[in-house]
Amino acid sequence: MMDMHLQTMTELAAGLEKGDFSSVELTQTLLDRVAALDDRLNAFVTVTAAEALLAAARADAARAAGNVGALNGLPIIHKDIFCTRGVKTTCGSKMLNNFISPYDATVVEKLAAAGAVVLGKSNMDEFAMGSSNETSFFGPVRNPWDLECSPGGSSGGSSASVAARFAPAATGTDTGGSIRQPAALTGTVGIKPTYGRVSRYGMIAFASSLDQAGVITRSSEDAARVLGVMAGFDERDSTSIDHPVPDYLATIGDSIKGLRVGIVRQHFDAGLDEQTGARVKAAIAVIESLGATTVEVDLPNIDLSVPTYYVVAPAECSSNLSRFDGVRFGHRAENAEDLLDLYCRSRGEGFGDEVKRRIMTGAYVLSAGYYDAYYLKAQQVRQLIADDFKKAFADVDVIAGPTAPSPAFKLGDKVDDPIQMYLNDIYTIGANLAGLPAISVPCGFVNDMPVGLHLVGPHFGEEVLLRCGHQYQQQTEWHKACPEAFQ
Amino acid sequence: MSAAWEVVIGLEIHAQLATKSKIFSGSPTAYGAEPNTQANLVDLGYPGVLPVLNKEVVRMATMFGLAIGATVARRSVFARKNYFYPDLPKGYQISQLELPIVEHGELFITDANGNEKRIGVTRAHLEEDAGKSIHEGLDASSGIDLNRAGTPLLEIVSEPDLRSAKEAVAYMKKIHTIVRYLGISDGNMQEGSFRCDANVSVRPMGQEELGTRAELKNLNSFRYIEKAINIEVERQIDLIEDGGKVVQETRLYDSDRDETRSMRSKEEANDYRYFPDPDLLPVEISEEFIEAVRATMPELPAAKEARFVDEYSLKGDDAGILTASRPLADYFEAVIAATDAPSQIAANWVIGDLAGALNRDGLDIEDVKISADELAGLVNRIHDNTISGKIAKQVFEAMWEGEGSADDVIEARGLKQITDSSAIEAVVDKVIADNPGQVAEYQAGKDKLIGFFVGKVMQETKGQANPGQVNQILKDKLQS
Repeated sequence: MMDMHLQTMTELAAGLEKGDFSSVELTQTLLDRVAALDDRLNAFVTVTAAEALLAAARADAARAAGNVGALNGLPIIHKDIFCTRGVKTTCGSKMLNNFISPYDATVVEKLAAAGAVVLGKSNMDEFAMGSSNETSFFGPVRNPWDLECSPGGSSGGSSASVAARFAPAATGTDTGGSIRQPAALTGTVGIKPTYGRVSRYGMIAFASSLDQAGVITRSSEDAARVLGVMAGFDERDSTSIDHPVPDYLATIGDSIKGLRVGIVRQHFDAGLDEQTGARVKAAIAVIESLGATTVEVDLPNIDLSVPTYYVVAPAECSSNLSRFDGVRFGHRAENAEDLLDLYCRSRGEGFGDEVKRRIMTGAYVLSAGYYDAYYLKAQQVRQLIADDFKKAFADVDVIAGPTAPSPAFKLGDKVDDPIQMYLNDIYTIGANLAGLPAISVPCGFVNDMPVGLHLVGPHFGEEVLLRCGHQYQQQTEWHKACPEAFQ
Repeated sequence: MSAAWEVVIGLEIHAQLATKSKIFSGSPTAYGAEPNTQANLVDLGYPGVLPVLNKEVVRMATMFGLAIGATVARRSVFARKNYFYPDLPKGYQISQLELPIVEHGELFITDANGNEKRIGVTRAHLEEDAGKSIHEGLDASSGIDLNRAGTPLLEIVSEPDLRSAKEAVAYMKKIHTIVRYLGISDGNMQEGSFRCDANVSVRPMGQEELGTRAELKNLNSFRYIEKAINIEVERQIDLIEDGGKVVQETRLYDSDRDETRSMRSKEEANDYRYFPDPDLLPVEISEEFIEAVRATMPELPAAKEARFVDEYSLKGDDAGILTASRPLADYFEAVIAATDAPSQIAANWVIGDLAGALNRDGLDIEDVKISADELAGLVNRIHDNTISGKIAKQVFEAMWEGEGSADDVIEARGLKQITDSSAIEAVVDKVIADNPGQVAEYQAGKDKLIGFFVGKVMQETKGQANPGQVNQILKDKLQS
């Protein structure tokens, strides 16, 4: 029997089904790995070993009783942005270092109901603001492929965990690329579904109109398995959409013959690392070899996506983070002199630099006299970008390109240069602005570091993304490569 | 006030909508619960929670829009009003700014000259209430009660069409009546379910341009509104006449000292950084929905008043008084339905003795101790001359004290009116015989003495003689 930790969810599900091992055995094995190896990565904020073993025992009992959920007994990790009842939920911030959530997020509830076993909560950029996991109050996460490098962000703890074989799947959230970029930088699969596909209830908000939950796995097939459980309408989230959830696994094996793949010229411009571009082109060639055709598409306003994002997202975050005031929960400054002092110091002490930078930017673009020039203008450009995509999807089924402009960068390299850091999301942000689903699939290595192929689909096009990713992974082995120190 | 000044007032009324649960959460809205027992995670603004619109508020706002002849927006948008305050859990209030649900309404009040005056309603928008800070009994610290946080409010903004404190009160009373008629607010001012802010300014009579305004916050009784506005107008005029300038600011009315005090000036005012709330979809309202709501609209005060005048031929202000509250109007109509007596008699009883007794005992019409049917029974006995109006007052009091129906009381107390002419004649004869001096004076032309004789007869009959008959018989006998 192959080592359990190296197996995909699909393989593990089969093993559990056959009785090769129990969920308790599997869970214990992975918890042991985390205990032994996470010192190197810092991927976890909280390990919920006792709860996990209990859940695993319940899953084994359910299986014995013939009561098997879609993810029965399968271990996962939650990004620490999802509220988990009775468990510390920090969002990577000192502000919430003492916050025990009194309730479960919808995503947490759904995965638990399907029988998934939660190993713990993964480290992340503070309030999901960052692309390198360096803004976390709990310290940066390291990339299993090179401990000197970033695993990407903000879902860096999730991507590093899946790459390091701590778990076959980890949840993530993606506001501007926070699932896909870390997936690309760690050689994992990351899917951000259509905005409204997965409930945001219980997911601590960064930028409400852009935030979307998804999952990081090693195969598209596993992503399909988990997403199928996560997705669906939730009456507690007014922006979730009442649209039937297809059986993603049912069509994943179908051919992609005739698939029209759009290539965006701007995505292969000067900003892209040459070798990364070459891997992506090679991946597109593989997809063509499966019967797909490529078409050049134009997204004339896509170059405006980063500046647009950095108006809209901070504006929303400046408001969303107002509730962290030291009054009802979270960090509270000691010996406040008065109310203003309580606010200023609680927030001053509780938030890190990047969060403060975005709150200030956001408050500025919403302020009287600047609203029209910044926020309103950004919303108009956002609409143009969405329209561009809509036009493009009249002619193509997916749009393919690089996920990130280069492989993982060294920790510390960009931390003092926000603009450089922001540019890491240049290819991913468009999908958030337009609310479109997108996936990153491992497509090779540059200097021994993984890079990702980015596929964007039309609204509710998760099925075609997963199918395309799966068909590509049937032809390639990139996702099977395991970082040496974590085999 | 000097006649050289014109007062300009606009009101922002906050009417709490009478929903069972809050505007964006399932918590109950009942008043008076223990602090923080009616606030769930959404009301507390916990990390990760999201608002979900209570659709009932949309129906209620639509009703209000239709009642004031306004445009009900096919699409309205919730926006966040950002500011920090301990009783504002999320650090923003969800309200409506650019696209409110109701716009361009109007209603009519009666001005000082008795003329009908149109008051424009600029807009009415939906928003959530904040919580409450508590300072009493907590030593040096402050408490926060979030029971009220998330309570649905309809903020009704008037045009600056009001020209006196009296007009402001008349307008506010109209709105008060309308929301209670529609059943969309209990209008309870003591509990804060109906309150207003008043924007007050003065300008030299004839000047086009508006003066600088002050905003009086949180006025929650009709009396205070009138006093606060008058005091503020006086302050502004004195200030200007002394060579000063009114500054744009928010002021608070102190009812103990009967003065207004500055809370914050415009310079200190918050920049609320409004923007559309990304957690909520725009509210889309279809034509069908509006028509369905229209079909459920009750008869409104103005229409009801007109009908009362028309149908029941009521005098003076009676129709207005009876239609000021829907339960009172309903009560009146129930009395009418159960009697053949002229409507005016029923109206007199409802407005007079019944309203007086309610007022005396501090009761609402809903708690009335005499049912409409019972009051109709009393009115019937007056109408068929079983008792006189005067005796009826006695019967009414006994009924109020629970002694039974009008017939029960009349029977038990032997109050039946004497309508037997011969019995009355006998008493009249006795009175004439006992008072020869007065008879002589009367017959000499002192007509006014008739009252004296009537009084004597009524005294002898313990008030039970039919006054009309007494009059007639007296006149006949005195002349002969």
